[in-house]
This record gives sequence, C-alpha cells and structure tokens, in this order.
Amino acid sequence: MALLEFQGVCKIYNNTTKALADIAFSVDEGEFVSIIGPSGSGKSTILRCINRLVDATQGTVIFDESDISHASKKDIREARKKIGMIFQHYNLVDRLSVIENVLHGRLGHKSTISGMMGRYTESEKEKAFQILEKLGLVEQAYKRCDELSGGQKQRVGIARSIMQEPKLILCDEPIASLDPSSAKVIMDHLSNINRNMKITCILNLHQVDVALKYASRIIGLTSGRIVYDGPPNHLTKNKIYEIYQSSEGELITDVW
Amino acid sequence: MFGNRTKTAKLNGRESVFVKRKRTFTLIFVSFIALFLLSSLITDYNAIGGFLSLPKAFVWSIKNLVPNATSWPRVPLIFDNLVETALLSVAVTVCSAVCAFFFSLLGTRTMRVNPVVGRAVRIIAAFFRNIPDIVWALLLLFAFHQNILSGFFALFFATFGLLTRTFIETIDEISASCVEALHATGATNLQVVSQGIIPSSMATLISWILYMIETNVRNAVLIGILTGTGIGWLFDLFYKRGDWGAVSLVVLAVVILIIVIEMISTQIRKVIM
Ligand SMILES: Nc1ncnc2c1ncn2[C@@H]1O[C@H](COP(=O)(O)OP(=O)(O)OP(=O)(O)O)[C@@H](O)[C@H]1O
Ligand SMILES: [Mg+2]
Repeated sequence: MALLEFQGVCKIYNNTTKALADIAFSVDEGEFVSIIGPSGSGKSTILRCINRLVDATQGTVIFDESDISHASKKDIREARKKIGMIFQHYNLVDRLSVIENVLHGRLGHKSTISGMMGRYTESEKEKAFQILEKLGLVEQAYKRCDELSGGQKQRVGIARSIMQEPKLILCDEPIASLDPSSAKVIMDHLSNINRNMKITCILNLHQVDVALKYASRIIGLTSGRIVYDGPPNHLTKNKIYEIYQSSEGELITDVW
Repeated sequence: MFGNRTKTAKLNGRESVFVKRKRTFTLIFVSFIALFLLSSLITDYNAIGGFLSLPKAFVWSIKNLVPNATSWPRVPLIFDNLVETALLSVAVTVCSAVCAFFFSLLGTRTMRVNPVVGRAVRIIAAFFRNIPDIVWALLLLFAFHQNILSGFFALFFATFGLLTRTFIETIDEISASCVEALHATGATNLQVVSQGIIPSSMATLISWILYMIETNVRNAVLIGILTGTGIGWLFDLFYKRGDWGAVSLVVLAVVILIIVIEMISTQIRKVIM
C-alpha cells in the first residue's frame, strides 16, 4: 500500500484559474520525490492539497490509508500531525526563540490548553535539543529567529518538522532563497533525514540539476498536468525542454 | 522598418500617458479652487477677512489668556479632572482593544472560520469606524444623558471600529506565514493564536493601541465638553463664566498631558519593538 495516492485530482481557484488537471500518482514509503515545472504549473498546489492547506476541487487524495480530501476538520489535524512542511520563506515565528519554534512541531500532539501555554514535557525538550544538535544549531537555541541567517532559519524549519515525528515531509522550494552553499547543507540534511529516519520527502524544486542529483524520482509538471514521472536518469534533455515548454538554449541550465 | 513603426507607436503611447497625467493634475487643481470659491460664496465666508482677524485673535489671547492670582486655587480641581480624563481614555482604549483583538480574529484571512463571517466582521467594523466619536457622543447623550458613560461608549465604539480594521490588516500581514506553518503542524486554532499570532504581531498591535490612547486623550477633551465630564466640562464651565485665567490653565494642562502621554508611549514603543 502506497503512503500517498492522488486519484484524478483537479484544482480550480476561484472558479476561474485551473491549477491542477487530473493529477494521479502514488508515492511509496521512503521515496525522495522532486516535483519540477515552470512557475505557475501547480507545484505548490499539489503539496498543499496533501495537507489540506488547499482543498482539491475534485478527486481523492489518500494519505496513510485514509481519504484526506474528504476528511473532517479533526481528521485533517490528525493527518497534519504526520506531515511536516518546510517553506521557501521558512514561516517561523520570528520573535520567538529557536527552541520555541522547534517545539511548535509538538503542538498537534498536545492538548489545546498546554499547547496554548507552551508547556512542553522534559522529553520533548530533550528531543528538540537532540535535533538541534544534529542540525548544528545548539548554540542558536535561545536566539530569536530574526537574528538568524536564511540557511539557519531553514534548518529551524527542518527541526520543527522533524519534531512532529512525521511520516512525510513536504518541502515547497526549500532552497529557493538560499545561496549555493547553504542550499547544499539543507539538501544534504533532507537527504539524510530521508535515508536515516526513513521519512518520505516530496520537494518542489526550481533547480533541475539539484533535483537530478538528490531525488530518487522526478515528477515533471506543465500547466497542471504531469508530463513526466520516473527516475532521474530517464529524464532526457528533450523531456526537460518539454516540461519547461522551451527550446534548446533558453534554460539557465544550458549555460554550463 | 516594421520594428521602427511599432517603436514610435510605443513612444507615442508613453507620451500620451504623461499628457493624460498632466491633464488630470490640472483638472484636480482647478476643481479644488472652484470648490473653495463656491463654498465661500454659499457660506458667506470671507477667507481674507478670516486670515486678517488671526493676529487680532492672537493679541486678544495674549492679553486675556494669562493665569492670574484668582485662577491658581483652581489647580487641584483642574488636576483631578485632568487625571479623570486621562484615565478614562486609557481605560476605554484598552477595553476596546481587547474586544477588537478577538473580534478581528474572525475577520482575518488567516484565521477566519468562513468568508461570510469575515465579510460581516469587516462591515461591522466599518460601521463603527465611519461614525465619528463626536457623533457617537451626541447619539449616546439621548441614552445616558450627560454622564461619563456617554463619553466612554462614544470613544469605545469609534476606537473599536478603527482598531478592528487595523488589527485585521496587521495580523494578515505579519502573521500569515507563521499561521500557515502552525496550522500545517496540526495545531488547533487557539494554539495558533497564542503561539503564532500573539507573539508575532503583538508589538505592532500594542503600538497601534498606544497611538489610539494618544488620539483618544485629545478626543476625550472635546467629548467631555458635550457630555459634561472631565477636563472638557471644566473648560466649558470656565469658558462660559468668562474666567479666562482658568481657561488658560486648563488649556495648558491639556497640552502638558498630551505631551506627557506621547513621551510615555514613545518610551514603551522603544522597549517593545
Ligand atoms: N490562492 C490562490 N488563488 C488563486 N489562484 C491561485 C492561488 N494559488 C495559486 N493560484 C494559481 O494556480 C496556479 C498554480 O499555482 P502554484 O502556486 O501551485 O504554482 P507553482 O508551480 O507553485 O509556481 P511557483 O513555482 O511560482 O511557486 C497559478 O496559475 C496561480 O496563479
Ligand atoms: Mg510555488
């Protein structure tokens, strides 16, 4: 049984903008999938349909053997607990400390009251520090997040999502705002998490070369439709041009 | 040749934008002048005469509006009423801000339960905001008569409308991204409010509340004249008696109060930002 399955998913925003058309694919546990495609092709929409930040207009999304696209509010929250998310702009609470942001990953697992008061158990705090240690952020633990660099903020984002002990991590352009060396650090961490902690990862990426290097599988998206789904080594140059609807010499990757 | 022609067309298009803008400015300017002349005509208002009388008023103020020996004993009374007005403004603003905060949560794009409620919240806020506090005071005079409650609710309603609207925009702007992330972890709405919205936007919200306290102190003086309470009432009293020395003391006291409040709020802003 696959961990995640899309069956004929369509998404139309405001009755006008068609973002996704008849998307079908499934992801097995342990995969490291990268979705590539031009701007506006619907990559973010796909990820957000999985944790219901966006509601699909049509079709079914099955996650961990339950139909999430028709779930109740409570069931959505249950599913979200098992799905971490990492954002391009980190989406941290900037005025809180690093450790508080990491502990936010536990909110879904706590009672409303203790979550509101920010009361965490000793073992949760210990775990948070272990994760920070792994990501090289222990010295920053008590710093406010707005004092961090972009690369450090993204590692806090990763820490928050691991804190959830998720089965799946969704990354919406995790390295789009980072310099090449911090980007590599982030990609290596994600790759490690995937391999060592057996957490399935789905990443939206703009950098085709990064996707080819790290992903075990590539999904190519063009105007809301899947035009490629397979291993990176089968992705030919021509296919890339088709995904980005351009011709030879028009892509930044052609520069090398 | 073909390319050239399109280039010229583009340039012309751009020029016409400038011409249009110039014409709009001229039009607006001329209409302002016309509007001014028309309204002066209708109200018999003599602009030049009005300005010419300013020096005279100034000289009169300097001669008469000086505290004299008989007005000094009024200082304790003035002080009591000044404190009453200041405390009322602070209390009103804080009460109103707390209500506005919870109400605005229903109107934010990030938190709102459904779009209909969000729209309703905005309409209600607009209703309270678009009626000026002076008008609220006049309306409430019918209900409470000359009573401190009329002033309290007048300020409360106007502040509530304005703060609700401002809070909605502040929260949507500052907290939207972390709210999204916290929802994605499976947090409940109440958790998102206390762990996301409050820490991320509270400093800006407090800054708005301080601003409202500053404005409300000024407005409370005016409203006090209508509702017969606080320092405004005292001003009215002395004014009608022609006790110019005391009137000037009241004005001085109000000015000092406003400066003090502004200084305090600047300090608080510095600390929380
Ligand atoms: N909240 C929204 N309301 C209306 N239309 C939207 C909304 N979000 C996305 N869209 C539209 O849906 C389409 C797909 O958007 P999406 O954000 O999924 O693309 P994307 O592949 O993530 O693009 P990018 O690479 O620029 O992030 C676009 O045409 C976009 O304009
Ligand atoms: Mg996107």
